[in-house]
Amino acid sequence: MDPRTTVINERLRRISRIIVVSSGKGGVGKSLVATTLALTLSRRGCKVGLFDLDFTSPSTHLILGAKNDQPTEEKGLVPPVVNCLAYMSLIYFSGEQTAPLRGADVSNALIELLSVTQWGELDFLVIDMPPGIGDAVLDLVRLVARIEFLIVTTSSRLAFETVKKQVRLLQDLKVPIIGVVENMKMDGANGVKQGTEKLGVRFLTEVPYDSEVEGAIGDVTKLLGTTFAQRIGKVVASNIA
Amino acid sequence: MHEWALAEAVITAAQQIAEKEKLKEIKEVTIKVGELQQLERDILRFALSQLKPRGFKNAEFHISKAKTTLKCRVCGNTWLFRKNKLDETTAEAIHFVPEVAHAYIKCPKCYSPDFEISKGRGVWLENIKGVR
Repeated sequence: MDPRTTVINERLRRISRIIVVSSGKGGVGKSLVATTLALTLSRRGCKVGLFDLDFTSPSTHLILGAKNDQPTEEKGLVPPVVNCLAYMSLIYFSGEQTAPLRGADVSNALIELLSVTQWGELDFLVIDMPPGIGDAVLDLVRLVARIEFLIVTTSSRLAFETVKKQVRLLQDLKVPIIGVVENMKMDGANGVKQGTEKLGVRFLTEVPYDSEVEGAIGDVTKLLGTTFAQRIGKVVASNIA
Repeated sequence: MHEWALAEAVITAAQQIAEKEKLKEIKEVTIKVGELQQLERDILRFALSQLKPRGFKNAEFHISKAKTTLKCRVCGNTWLFRKNKLDETTAEAIHFVPEVAHAYIKCPKCYSPDFEISKGRGVWLENIKGVR
């Protein structure tokens, strides 16, 4: 028997809310939404953790401008504090190397980090997911007792069609969905808002393409000053904290 | 001490099995530790002894090492993991999350990083014995 799964919920016991930022499609801005959400909650006085579960293409460390911090060992792994966030990513172990992981490896790495990371007491843990409805999503739903999903899409039908499938899956699994964020909103496109409401899910906000965001990667003060962050801030104020 | 977190998992899992099997007192717990994760067996044993809950007072922990077999998914080559071929930083990274081996180890025959960890990954609870 693999003993690790038995302690996962104990490790997460002192976290009030666990928000999983996810999308059926890649390239929609999940990592930016997850990081900005975590930073916004932290700036509002909450104790927040950010966990990058996109093992093969992690990017939250770049958005945060994380430098030489490392987890410390104390009856497990204690995440370093980066920009006021307790932060954990596979990047601390894989470094600049590519980590080509298949499904079973993703599950094993996810279980390992969930079972040994000592998050302590947090108001929020924000999890940045890999794209798709694969092993990572299914494992989190299976292993973590209290999770809520925040789903990100773009205006493109190609993204939203997969998001619809993801929403239906989560609804079937009876997993709470906070709502849908439409990122990089295209002028004149209204399909996402209507489609989201049709699914019985809250449409949280639309965020127009913000060219300032690229220049703010690695500088969280600059990032929090963007229109993008202001929109995420409104979502937090009206729907989360 | 990363081993403490895993020792806690072993104890919790053993407790769950004991409860399911209605075992009142545990006599023996057998654990396998895969070489890939390079856990310190002495630390693990010490942690287990410190974490013993009620019903485990007289339990003996048997910890055995399992060799790690890796199998290339491209050419089918099978080989054994050897820690001494890694530098200290890499060995430590694999110790914390064995799957990052894919970032550092390649098939010695075809150099692909696409291999399977067939045996000997990490901690495995093999067996528990007790009395009802």
